[in-house]
Amino acid sequence: MIEIGKVKALAKRLRIRTIQMVHEARSAHVASSLSMADLLAVLYGCVLKVDPTQPDWSERDRFILSKGHGCAGLYAVLAELGFFPLTWLDDFCQDGSRLAGHITHHGVPGVEVSTGSLGHGLPMGCGLALASKRDGQPYRVYTLLSDGECDEGSNWEAALFAAHHALDNLIAIVDYNKIQSLGTVQEVLKLEPLAAKWEAFGWGVREIDGHDFEQILRALTSIPFAPGRPTCIIAHTVKGKGVSFMENKLRWHYRSPDNDELRRALAELEVAE
Amino acid sequence: MRAAFIRTLSELAEHDRRITLIVGELGFGVVESFAERFPKQFLNAGVAEQNMTGIAAGMALSGKVVFTYSIANFPTLRCLEQVRNDVCYHNANVKIVAVGGGFAYGSLGMTHHATEDLAIMRTLPGMVVVAPGDPVEADLATRAVVSDSRPSYLRLGRAGEPTVHPRGVSFQLGRAITVRNGDDLTLISTGGLLHTSVQLADRLAKVGFSARVLSMHTVKPLDTEAVLAAARETRAIITLEEHSVIGGLGGAVAEVLAESGELRVPFKRLGLPSYFSPYVGSQEFLKAAYGLSLDGILLSLKPVLDLANT
Repeated sequence: MIEIGKVKALAKRLRIRTIQMVHEARSAHVASSLSMADLLAVLYGCVLKVDPTQPDWSERDRFILSKGHGCAGLYAVLAELGFFPLTWLDDFCQDGSRLAGHITHHGVPGVEVSTGSLGHGLPMGCGLALASKRDGQPYRVYTLLSDGECDEGSNWEAALFAAHHALDNLIAIVDYNKIQSLGTVQEVLKLEPLAAKWEAFGWGVREIDGHDFEQILRALTSIPFAPGRPTCIIAHTVKGKGVSFMENKLRWHYRSPDNDELRRALAELEVAE
Repeated sequence: MRAAFIRTLSELAEHDRRITLIVGELGFGVVESFAERFPKQFLNAGVAEQNMTGIAAGMALSGKVVFTYSIANFPTLRCLEQVRNDVCYHNANVKIVAVGGGFAYGSLGMTHHATEDLAIMRTLPGMVVVAPGDPVEADLATRAVVSDSRPSYLRLGRAGEPTVHPRGVSFQLGRAITVRNGDDLTLISTGGLLHTSVQLADRLAKVGFSARVLSMHTVKPLDTEAVLAAARETRAIITLEEHSVIGGLGGAVAEVLAESGELRVPFKRLGLPSYFSPYVGSQEFLKAAYGLSLDGILLSLKPVLDLANT
């Protein structure tokens, strides 16, 4: 029996840690980490078959953060699970740190692959998923993409490939927070109809509220949605979710919270459910 | 070289089930037999090199030895960032094979001229760069990269290259093969110009020059010892490559010579100047147009030979 309460508490801790990390590092992309925090909490809290004591366990599920700029959230959840000490988070992005500002696997247990340039995760995920099938392995491959990342053509090469090869052990989750670097998705490069695009490419697709734990869990435990098809979950999210003054604000794609903003953000999160 | 590669790969794949060949919808008439014999070790990724390279990295991270195969610049420059990030940064056991190095697809036009690939691949951290000089080297290089877990780039010619080496020649990644001994000057070549280098040595012998011929099949890591020995023991060094003179074999040898300090040896890079070919024609035609025919090379070497003689 999965306790949603525990997953919610994990999501809350991820948000708090993310904001502290980004503040300390004076780095960017806090809002991108916040929009995917609930997805990460459900994935790592109760879906992914991973073992922090054996990060290289051959049958583990593979999780690829293709939106590598959201790394603070992933580092935080890996530390929460015990892949490495929580103290590593303290010097995120600092000189001599293990944790770089885009997700980096070197010397960091639990990180499958390094990304940072967009459009790399899904092709690598295809390779892992195909190898899993050819080798008769049980693992699945989960890839988390940003919405802006869907501008990259390499994703659509991979989308064709995964459907053609019936990779029903491959899951793409789109963190659809509707805001990119310089504008909204609608302003920069329209993606709609996004679900229809993935469907047309041969994927089983579901749209969910990416902050509704029940919906996230239901989707992630119903895979594959259609036999022999790769799975796409379009998670409608709110950029900066959880901190009122960051939510749906373009500036928080890059802005780093100052002391006052950190205090206000933490105050909001501490009292949140 | 293409045929030698696929023949050797098939032989290796029979005994090593980790070996996987991924083609980017190219290799008509070449890869079919491999695909039929080893369906679980073959994949056609379609006309999608970025995805092909990402897939290769993913499969390699699952323990496979993955070859990507395409022609000219498609498996390298088209997907350069995938090669850099997905393959090299993850130290993924991926071997990138480009058929048609240099002007092998000459008449097909500029898009099919692989003339900067060695330089670009050489700068990527962790990447081994190999350009076999004949079908014997293509066979041995294929075996060598399979036995070596590092990412590597195998730049092949196409078909019909003359065989220079006898069977059983000793081949080691990063070690030049001395094809001819000589004391007056050293010809260092990579890739398909090996045969030209040997012909050149014969011609030079007729006019009284004893030329050492080194086949520098591995451009990275470069056999610096062989270069320095040539600088000490002979009186001029000439590099030959069907590639830009910037950053490839000539560039790599120049770096070694410049940093060697005390060695002052006449040195000439023979290759392609940094402009796109204004000519249309076959490999032989284009090589001649760029001064890389035997006669063209002899002409451009005259000042170096004069200098070496003084």
